[in-house]
Amino acid sequence: MTDAAIQYSGAPLPEVTTGTRATGWWGMVWLCVTEAMLFACLIASYFFLRGSVQAFAAEGGHYPSLTLPIPMTVLLVTSSGTMWWGERGIRRGDQRRLRIGLALTFVLGAVFLVLQGIEFSHGLHGPTASAYESIFYTTTGLHGAHVAMGLLMNLYAQLQAWRGHFSAKRHLTVQNVSLYWHFVDAVWIVILTTLYLSPRLW
Amino acid sequence: MTIARGNLAGLAERLDAQWSTPHSIYGWFATVDHKKIGIRYLITAFVFLLLGGTEAALMRAQLARPDGHIFSPEVYDQLFTMHGTTMIFWYASPMLSGFGNYLVPLLIGSRDMAFPRLNAFSYWSFVLSGVFVYVSFLAGAAPHGGWFAYVPYTDATYSPGLNMDFYALALLFLTISTTVGAINFVVTIFTMRAPGMSLSRMPLMMWSTLTTSVASIFALPSLTAALIFLELERRVGFRFFDATGGGTPLLWQHLFWVFGHPWVYIIVLPATGMASMMFPTFCRRPIVGHTYIALATVSTGLFGFGVWAHHMFATGMPLLSTTFFSAASMAVSVPSGMQVFAWLATIWAAKRHVYSTTFLFLLGFLLLFVIGGVSGVMTASVPYDWQVTDTYFVVAHLHYVLVGINLFPVIAAFYYWLPKMTGRLLNERLGRWNFWVMFLGANLTFFPMHFAGVRGMPRRIYTYPAGMGWDWLNMLETIGAAVFVVGILLFIINVIWSLRAGAPAGDNPWGASSLEWSTTSPPPEYNFDVIPVVRSREPLWDAPSPSPEASIPDYRVLDTGRRTLGTTVLDGQPQEVLRMPGDSLWPLAIALALAAMFTAVLLASVVAIVITGILVLACAGGWLWPQPEGAAS
Amino acid sequence: MVSILALCRPFVNLGARRLHPAATSNTKDVNVPAALQLRAYYDRAPSTLATGSHDAHRLALLGIAMTVVATLIFFVVVGIIFVGLWRRRSAPRAPATAIETQRPIDVSENWWVLGGGLAMPVIVLAGVFLLTLSTMHAYAPAPPGSPEILVIGHQWWWEVRYPNDTVITANELHLPVGRAVRLELRSADVIHSFWAPNLEGKTDLIPGQQNEMVLRADSAGVYRAECAEFCGPQHAKMSLSIVAESADAYKQWLAIAKSPTVLPQSDSARAGLNVFMTHSCSSCHSIRGTAAAGIVGPDLTHFGSRTTLAGGSLPNTVGYLAGWISNPDLLKPGTKMPAIPMDGASLQAVVRYLEALK
Repeated sequence: MTDAAIQYSGAPLPEVTTGTRATGWWGMVWLCVTEAMLFACLIASYFFLRGSVQAFAAEGGHYPSLTLPIPMTVLLVTSSGTMWWGERGIRRGDQRRLRIGLALTFVLGAVFLVLQGIEFSHGLHGPTASAYESIFYTTTGLHGAHVAMGLLMNLYAQLQAWRGHFSAKRHLTVQNVSLYWHFVDAVWIVILTTLYLSPRLW
Repeated sequence: MTIARGNLAGLAERLDAQWSTPHSIYGWFATVDHKKIGIRYLITAFVFLLLGGTEAALMRAQLARPDGHIFSPEVYDQLFTMHGTTMIFWYASPMLSGFGNYLVPLLIGSRDMAFPRLNAFSYWSFVLSGVFVYVSFLAGAAPHGGWFAYVPYTDATYSPGLNMDFYALALLFLTISTTVGAINFVVTIFTMRAPGMSLSRMPLMMWSTLTTSVASIFALPSLTAALIFLELERRVGFRFFDATGGGTPLLWQHLFWVFGHPWVYIIVLPATGMASMMFPTFCRRPIVGHTYIALATVSTGLFGFGVWAHHMFATGMPLLSTTFFSAASMAVSVPSGMQVFAWLATIWAAKRHVYSTTFLFLLGFLLLFVIGGVSGVMTASVPYDWQVTDTYFVVAHLHYVLVGINLFPVIAAFYYWLPKMTGRLLNERLGRWNFWVMFLGANLTFFPMHFAGVRGMPRRIYTYPAGMGWDWLNMLETIGAAVFVVGILLFIINVIWSLRAGAPAGDNPWGASSLEWSTTSPPPEYNFDVIPVVRSREPLWDAPSPSPEASIPDYRVLDTGRRTLGTTVLDGQPQEVLRMPGDSLWPLAIALALAAMFTAVLLASVVAIVITGILVLACAGGWLWPQPEGAAS
Repeated sequence: MVSILALCRPFVNLGARRLHPAATSNTKDVNVPAALQLRAYYDRAPSTLATGSHDAHRLALLGIAMTVVATLIFFVVVGIIFVGLWRRRSAPRAPATAIETQRPIDVSENWWVLGGGLAMPVIVLAGVFLLTLSTMHAYAPAPPGSPEILVIGHQWWWEVRYPNDTVITANELHLPVGRAVRLELRSADVIHSFWAPNLEGKTDLIPGQQNEMVLRADSAGVYRAECAEFCGPQHAKMSLSIVAESADAYKQWLAIAKSPTVLPQSDSARAGLNVFMTHSCSSCHSIRGTAAAGIVGPDLTHFGSRTTLAGGSLPNTVGYLAGWISNPDLLKPGTKMPAIPMDGASLQAVVRYLEALK
């Protein structure tokens, strides 16, 4: 019996899907949502402390330096570009472009982490100096952990990419890794604005 | 392509071969069947209910008379902390997850959840986090700072033992489980509904499950952040909450209640959703105001995020903020009022009522809901809250809410759906006793608490002096608690009796309208041999079609390996065939590795943390390693 | 517990029961220590309904008004349920699975939800909210020149300081009746909450934050205030007596409380002070006028005039004081006060000395 309410052409339904149809993609979207909330809580904590505690260090003209964060930002934004470029490649079935895109992204992300390590080791105070340092190190540190996680996911995708696992029709893993990477980059922009720029602006 | 009905011979056998889990130790640990996982959730959450209940009974014993001294204050603090923590985190939410796990795929006409392996992982990490927090009793260091764990009492200066580390780490562990479970529910409900089940035809329990899952995804990170801060402060000396280091203890309170108040709705909304499934069955008619209930559910979940500071009226907040939060807290009761009146209208408009035990529990739930609701409005009135907050009035209020809107619908749901799970009905006669004893016990325990609070009895005191006007109220409450315990025992006896001698249930013992009743009791491992089509909100109450379908489109059969149907989000149109993963030990392995990692953090051994961290990553790698037939999840 | 009290028994008859003049209602016999008759030290039970101030009275009226509304709503719901069930009591005994009503649903049924579930609550809540606002509006700031009192919460006792630290006392707060006083609330350790149910709602004491409240008693008497925020094992035993007395009596008390203690004249009293100084009591406690200047525990300058001890958890009698000094942890497990080993004679001497500090 055909049902008037249900549109069905009669052609067999696809089995392997990518993009918004795949349950895996939906799962990654919601993971990013909950992670975004986690960072939102950290940012809110920063502003709450800044607004309610007079002795909060950032108010006293103690700005974190921008010498490293600016190049770090450039690195991450570029890496989002290379990731996008690689993903566009595999959408057309270009495996080589995907491999190069993933590898470039990995290198840029790794350099970002190295720079963050340098920034941490050159910090004047440790995270236990005051609430300001605590929230600063926790937010940037947690973001760094997310970058590291993104790099591991990148490795996992590369492992399959180099074995020729992906095709134009089948590359959900690449989509998810890419989505997560863009998310991590977006979070960095928010962190840059909050922790590094906002004390200079107001 | 369609398949003629005549050609479906042997379909059940084929599906059975593809979906069944081997009856072996391996199968027991490796199964990803949402029904088995759901039942495990229910049993485990019930065990936690008994543990939390035991803690409550011990507290009531201590408080029966003034100057009670059965337990030392330190032990009493552990009892009330673990009672609250257990009931809120390891009973109330997982119990509803259990019903959700079992029922969501059946209610939407699917063969499993979107991510069956993640589902198994959710369960294993839920159990292990519960074991983790209860091991603290063996270590003599159970959490003792209240379920709300206000700093600075819970920081390393005032609580130097491992007590609060057990609390923070176990909750972080559980948070992972709950978040994963919530994402699973959302994706399942969005993408796997039966063909024809548009959002407007979706059963009301799906609306409440969807709302609470989305709310969990948004609310839990706030708890995670707070717990990470707490552990960093306790273990490493960070200073988020330290007033002498530029921090403030109020940061904890804000983070905790931004999570905590939505959580209250998260642990009652699925239960109201279940009630909306059960009322129509026993009123023998469709529910009144289906759309309004769906809207009310979603808006309750939404408003729940705007009321957190009503837990903090006494902290010296600016008056304007308190007024805002007071108004918001009153407004949040409006959608609850809409739900209540929808149920009342359903009862009123019914031509006939079926007085089953389930229906009795639902009526009890309605009455307790109203009492808990109106006392909630009273506490939302700022100046009155200054009087009653942190007193037994609030204890009374919150227990009317949680016992009324969580436990009573849950027991109702057991009487209703256990026959679907086991194939056997519970005893109605014993059920009636069960209801009246529990109803009496609940009111006898919790109603006098309103008076104790108004008469000045603070919360969380391990004893109280005689003659303050609280003595007989407390004695009454303890007697009520004993009656309540008898009620719970009657329920357990009924379940055991039903498993041994219960009457066979048949597919649809209640003549209910939703899809889970169209399959056998208990359902086969693949749920539906032919995936059902939905043409209304009450598919089983549709007039039976004059002639059985002559042929069936192939997307409803899907008998080439574990497959189920993916449909569009809004309209439920067939869209794709989803490959479902097979049984796997990886979910258990990664949960165990996580338990090991949290233990390593508890013991503060850097080497162990590194080793167990690598173990977790290794398990994740093993889980995700591409498989030949590319099964997602 | 019984054995501890038995331990105290020899001392119970030694001292007369100490009552504040205002606490006249006490007729209970403290010779029966099985139940601590703490209630006797307060004029009213610590109930929000036994109001001793205009504020508390308004709050009680607000509570009663909301309770009436709540009860009405509850009985409306009960009525709908029972009438709804009753009017179908003779419904045909059709099989339980038969469906009586088929769709489409009568549209008018939705008016239940919109009228009863939306309009009714909105109207009721608007009323309750207006009531709330008007009650809040009635709160007035303390008039200029009101006495200011600093209250500091400790695990598990209350420190009370009057302006310029002229008076430092513990677990008792004196104020003139009918006059607003400003309380400045601070915490020395964890979060506490100051609550005198007969007089005013709660305000928290939060480390790093200065909270204020206006307290005013409109009828004279001794009221009980308690800690209302969980603050550790002895949260249950952290209360304070609020003595609201006439302006004259208040002035008189203030004058006495300001004065340092007189150095002991008699031998036995000197012996008591000697024990106090040599048995390390003085490293935690102060007695102004002596060399004892500890700041960890409560100031004991006029200890003998207080009605209770140990955070308001024990009557201040010779018997309980001796029991408390001998083994504080038995009477208040977890207390920060250590047991000080001393022989019977020393114990008697220090107890007599402290009880004489009026």
